[in-house]
Amino acid sequence: MSSNKKYWKSVEELNENSSIVETLKQNEFVAEIPTDEFLGDKETLQETSTTRRDFLKYVGFSTAAASLAACEGPVKKSIPYIVQPTEIIPGVANYYATTIADGFDFASVLVKTREGRPIKIENNTMAATNGSANARVNASVLGLYDSLRVQGPKKDGESISWETFNAETTSELTKIAAANKDIVLLTQTFASPSTSKLVSEFSEKYGNVRHVVYDAVSESAALDAYQAKYGERALANYDFAKAMTIVSVGADFLSDWQGGGFDSGYSKNRVPDHGKMSRHIQFESNMSLTGANADKRVPLTPTQQKLALAKLYSYVVGGSVSGTLPEHIETAVKSAASQLKKAGSKGLVVTGIQDVNAQTVALEINEALSSKAFDPKTPIKTRQGNDKAVAKLVADMKAGKVGAIIMSGVNPVYTLANAADFVEGLKKTKLSVAFSMKVDETSSEVQYIAAAPHYLESWGDVELKKGHYALIQPTIRPLFDTKQFQDVLLKWTGNDVSYHDYIKEAWGSTILGESSFNKALHDGVFVGTIDAEIENVAETEETVEEPSGNAARALAASAKSTEGLELTLYTKVGMGDGQQANNPWLQEFPDPITRASWDNYLTISKADADTLGLTNKHVANGALNGSYANVTVNGVTLKVPVMIQPGQAKGSVGLALGYGKTKGLKTEMQTGVNVYVLYQGFNNVQNVTVEAAAGEHEFASVQLHNTLMGRGDIIKETTLEIFNTYDKEDHEHGWNKVPKVSLNHEETPVTSPEVDLWDEFDRSIGHHFNLSIDLNACTGCGACVIACHAENNVPVVGKTEVRRSRDMHWLRIDRYYSSEESFEGDNEKKDNISGLGSSLSEFGEMENASENPQVAFQPVMCQHCNHAPCETVCPVAATSHGRQGQNHMAYNRCVGTRYCANNCPYKVRRFNWFLYNGNDEFDYHMNDDLGRMVLNPDVVVRSRGVMEKCSMCIQKTQKTILDAKRDGREIKDGEFQTACSAACSNGAMTFGDINDKDSKVAKLLKDDRMYHLLESVGTKPNVQYQTKVRNTTEA
Amino acid sequence: MKKSYQSLEVNLTNNMRQVIHRILSKNILRFGLIILLAFTTTLSAQEEDPAKGKSLFNANCAACHKLDKKMTGPALRNVETRLAESEGLDREWLYAWIKNSAGVIKSGDAYANKIYNEYGGAAMTAFPQLSNEDIDNILAYTAVDPCVTNPKPGCPNYVKPPGETDSLEGGNSGSISNEIILGALAILFMLLAAGLYLVNKTLRRFASAQNIELPEDSKRTPLWKAFVQNQFLMIVVAIFFLLSSAYFVYGYLSQIGVDQGYEPVQPIHYSHRIHAGDNGIDCKYCHSSARVSKHSGIPSLNVCMNCHKSIYEVAPETATEEYSKEFYDGEIKKLYKAVGWDDAEQKYTGETQPVKWVRIHNLPDFVYFNHSQHVTVAGVECQTCHGPVEEMEIMYQHAPLTMGWCINCHRETNVNVKDNAYYDKIHEELSKKYGVEELTAAQMGGLECGKCHY
Repeated sequence: MSSNKKYWKSVEELNENSSIVETLKQNEFVAEIPTDEFLGDKETLQETSTTRRDFLKYVGFSTAAASLAACEGPVKKSIPYIVQPTEIIPGVANYYATTIADGFDFASVLVKTREGRPIKIENNTMAATNGSANARVNASVLGLYDSLRVQGPKKDGESISWETFNAETTSELTKIAAANKDIVLLTQTFASPSTSKLVSEFSEKYGNVRHVVYDAVSESAALDAYQAKYGERALANYDFAKAMTIVSVGADFLSDWQGGGFDSGYSKNRVPDHGKMSRHIQFESNMSLTGANADKRVPLTPTQQKLALAKLYSYVVGGSVSGTLPEHIETAVKSAASQLKKAGSKGLVVTGIQDVNAQTVALEINEALSSKAFDPKTPIKTRQGNDKAVAKLVADMKAGKVGAIIMSGVNPVYTLANAADFVEGLKKTKLSVAFSMKVDETSSEVQYIAAAPHYLESWGDVELKKGHYALIQPTIRPLFDTKQFQDVLLKWTGNDVSYHDYIKEAWGSTILGESSFNKALHDGVFVGTIDAEIENVAETEETVEEPSGNAARALAASAKSTEGLELTLYTKVGMGDGQQANNPWLQEFPDPITRASWDNYLTISKADADTLGLTNKHVANGALNGSYANVTVNGVTLKVPVMIQPGQAKGSVGLALGYGKTKGLKTEMQTGVNVYVLYQGFNNVQNVTVEAAAGEHEFASVQLHNTLMGRGDIIKETTLEIFNTYDKEDHEHGWNKVPKVSLNHEETPVTSPEVDLWDEFDRSIGHHFNLSIDLNACTGCGACVIACHAENNVPVVGKTEVRRSRDMHWLRIDRYYSSEESFEGDNEKKDNISGLGSSLSEFGEMENASENPQVAFQPVMCQHCNHAPCETVCPVAATSHGRQGQNHMAYNRCVGTRYCANNCPYKVRRFNWFLYNGNDEFDYHMNDDLGRMVLNPDVVVRSRGVMEKCSMCIQKTQKTILDAKRDGREIKDGEFQTACSAACSNGAMTFGDINDKDSKVAKLLKDDRMYHLLESVGTKPNVQYQTKVRNTTEA
Repeated sequence: MKKSYQSLEVNLTNNMRQVIHRILSKNILRFGLIILLAFTTTLSAQEEDPAKGKSLFNANCAACHKLDKKMTGPALRNVETRLAESEGLDREWLYAWIKNSAGVIKSGDAYANKIYNEYGGAAMTAFPQLSNEDIDNILAYTAVDPCVTNPKPGCPNYVKPPGETDSLEGGNSGSISNEIILGALAILFMLLAAGLYLVNKTLRRFASAQNIELPEDSKRTPLWKAFVQNQFLMIVVAIFFLLSSAYFVYGYLSQIGVDQGYEPVQPIHYSHRIHAGDNGIDCKYCHSSARVSKHSGIPSLNVCMNCHKSIYEVAPETATEEYSKEFYDGEIKKLYKAVGWDDAEQKYTGETQPVKWVRIHNLPDFVYFNHSQHVTVAGVECQTCHGPVEEMEIMYQHAPLTMGWCINCHRETNVNVKDNAYYDKIHEELSKKYGVEELTAAQMGGLECGKCHY
């Protein structure tokens, strides 16, 4: 029976008399097909001799030709040198010592070059100062191959030649000098003796020259305090290796505080040695890297920090200050003071409060303790910015008093809070020149862009600390038509020598003495004779014994509680002040604390977030979404995403500088919000009002705010007291017990051969590589992550892919929070759970991090299991084990089943979802002819559909072996390195051969603190971890 | 003599032993000639040794002098007789000149000054280290008749090399006779078949004439139909067909990307035969980075110019049938153009044109191969992988460069542990473990994936 239902598409069809329906029945396309577009041109059509048949023939032929051509392999050309430079042997790397000095990062580094191309930054182990490269310095090599660099000088956006540039600017400068107007050099901190000399020569020639040094992230307060006390505009130099009790009030000294570089000294005393290790107490608002490493962390607002520091002064030095702190903070300050006193000269106080009084107080406390860690002879010279001078300059420019402004290494339009004033002032200057590598916010506003070279193409010198010099030398010929600031300065002063000769001359006459310039250039560093002890200008007998305490009182008085929340602006380990924002490695580098990449955000405590109605939630694909908030400072409002941060002090919020750039970088890198506009008056603490805003932000976090849930076999932790008192296998207090499994209903250690599923392979002959990671020495800084990226050609995948958990990092640094006050509390809570009801509720509670959690970092890479679960499930034997302990991965054999990743208990395998080096969707360095120059030729670039993972830098171990074979010698301990172990200047990673019984790593294998990750699984990894010990002893 | 040679030639067959015999007899012949000539032409100084002279000449003089061509200095063929005849200078003068030419010029000697000015004031290096005896030897070498050392067309003793012989009869006659026999047999069979057919036909005619019923063949299914109907046979054939096509497809697929024998045309016709073969230049003189690097390296052009600054043409005897002397000289000119060398002015112009060689040995990106490991550490001869390069007029890929090929060698080759402290301990322990005297590369771990793929 047929249905009587009538189906209709539009109401019109129901109208039987509709003409439209009738028309539609006849005509499928209502609108006329626009054939005229390609058939309309009758003339051309008629003229052409190509018939339809011919056309089909052509199509057929070209298809056949294309497929035939595809059968033949490509012809590869090899072009040798005409005259091969003697120092270059194709296939052999050369190393050059140089120094990065970009105004924010200062470090002596070694640059690895292959066939003349710099491809990697390594630590300069010969350097006594700043010889360690942090994550940003490691990534800086990619900046050389930035495709958006300015390729030659420009005037008003048009390319000009250097001759024109020199002629025009020189004549303009002469005119301005004759008109008696100000010529201003606005530069980064160069800390360069030669540049200073050159600037003074420039001043002599033109007169009326003002050199304003501008640090985007100011340390002016600390400089002022030091200058007032010691008569020199510099920063106090602290050797944390000489401090056993460290109290930090708001100083994030493990990342960028006062120029950074303090972490390697700090880590030396963090490893328990003969039962002793340093004690670190941190008072801070934001959860910083330093706070995460502290033995005791006290969250408090910035105002409370001031008061706490003042009180600390009064308890340590004497005197009294007014003001009250909440009781628990007061107790903590008292306890810190008594510990400091006990430590005496082994105590150290540092502060990050941007306040002259606060900095003075810290200096005074250290003086009162006669802290050995403080070295008055070698103050740090790498920050010289002067806030007042910058402020005055902007005012002068607005008033039209400045005739010419020449900028180098700065981007004030991006980094100044009052950028609009600056832009207005720029328009009033007659001549404006910016030495810049990019057409960025500032250089797009000036008349002349002087294309500046990357530091790997430049000459230079730096005085990192007083008497500690470093040289900058080019490692490649300039890629573009660039000239460095100093070379042009020389031209302007009418000097025809090159800057290289100028430095050589200057060093020869003042710095080197009898030493050779070539040796200094080879080493990259030179320690000169350090002048006789700097006399303390304020130092008279009385002041040392009875410090006035004025500063402390003033500090306490300035600590007035305010309405609303207090915002602390900070810099991230990955992004710093933002000058490397176009660096995809750094954008994708997850923040060590929040583990979010490609973003900055407002960090806020859970309590405050709840009050304000701000939320974070997890979405179905495992990613994190957060609400937006409007943050207002003195009428400036920004809409920023919110990240609820465990450990953030109630009443305080944090925001990272360095994001939100809009010019001179690829669209993909234009991430986050520029919060320099809130950095008003160069004060990193601002009173803000925060209110919820509409919308939801998508974060790209590689890890959520996970707690450890009391799973002690992931990160083993103990306290110094227990560590010193009990055996690791102690029945009750054992802190590093070997897990037991049941064998015939008997508890058997998982390490015993009877419980093993696999037969043991004898690895006692030859090399057997092990990597040891000391969780006590690791600060979580992430230098290893970037070093691994650079060494192993790890692709960048972008924000949306990271959000899908498709990040490619071979090495990740997991961060765990405790849900109780400490991890130990978690363990106790877990052990005390009994019954279904309690387990349901309490396990649920344990998922949430505490208000002030303990934090633990754990670098995890492929564990190179001797009994590897991944190897047994590979259907094509693409992953197999080597005798030397490495788990091999033959990419060309992999068919991409991903069984191995599923079977890996450590989740360290990474799958190439796309051809990251040949897919325009991924516009990062690998898809860019220039960016590809950074690739390591010894490591294959993986293609789509294959699994990849840490190889334990097999290319490096193989090279070490080959070098030894060629020389016919044995290999000494320390020669074997992986990229991560070489990058770690904190001594957290030790790599070597455990079959060499005298090697460091073999000894570490027998260490009491040694454990393997998830030992209970029985995978027998070749990566060892050293149990984290916390010095929780109060008093 | 010539006759005996020819008779040898006549007897030439494809027999190998006889070839060897021929070469031997040819050598004996030459040797005899040299001795004969040595005795006849240099009666005055019997100790003089042209062979020694040749090596001395090559070591000391050849940089500036050639026997038959002006170079930096004059041609030296029969220099002694020439000087004696035209200038009346004796051997003593030559001694003095060679040992200290500057002194002779200073002394105001007319001919010395003349020659000095003729060659643009280029002073000849003094050779005080050469003894009179050495000089005698060199002079003896210069006096050797070129026809003796290297018979060429035009020399009385010139014999055509065997390759050039015009005798085609031997080999071909055999093959022709074979063909004739086969042809004759074929004709015979054809005749036989025709005869049988005719006989059959005649018999049938007889039968029909006598009305004899011929037994009719029962209608049988044709063979092919029977074959098709037999399922078992069909399945067997299908399987056989599938297997064999799989075999050929697999064979075809596995040779894709294997470029054994790849012999591309290069921008400059560089002959390894001349350099590595005839001149015996060590491979690593040019490919020096093979000692220390993963790449063997294509020599930069300045390495070529180390020699080619003075070698601007090939010796006439270098030319082959296929490539004339002019051709080779032209290729040297190409080098000069690339490197920017003005041969006439003897200086660099600075106008260079990099040479875009076609790369012959291409390993895929996912393979790590290190030359120094094989060349320096293992002491493997270049020829092991690259084949008889010294015989290659045009370089080609000798080995398949497949993984199986690599692995076979690793399985068969012993590790070169001699005088290498790195191997001392590991070799002793491992060889004990495996119970062998010497370890192969495979036993040392040379088959592990990660050793070459990372």
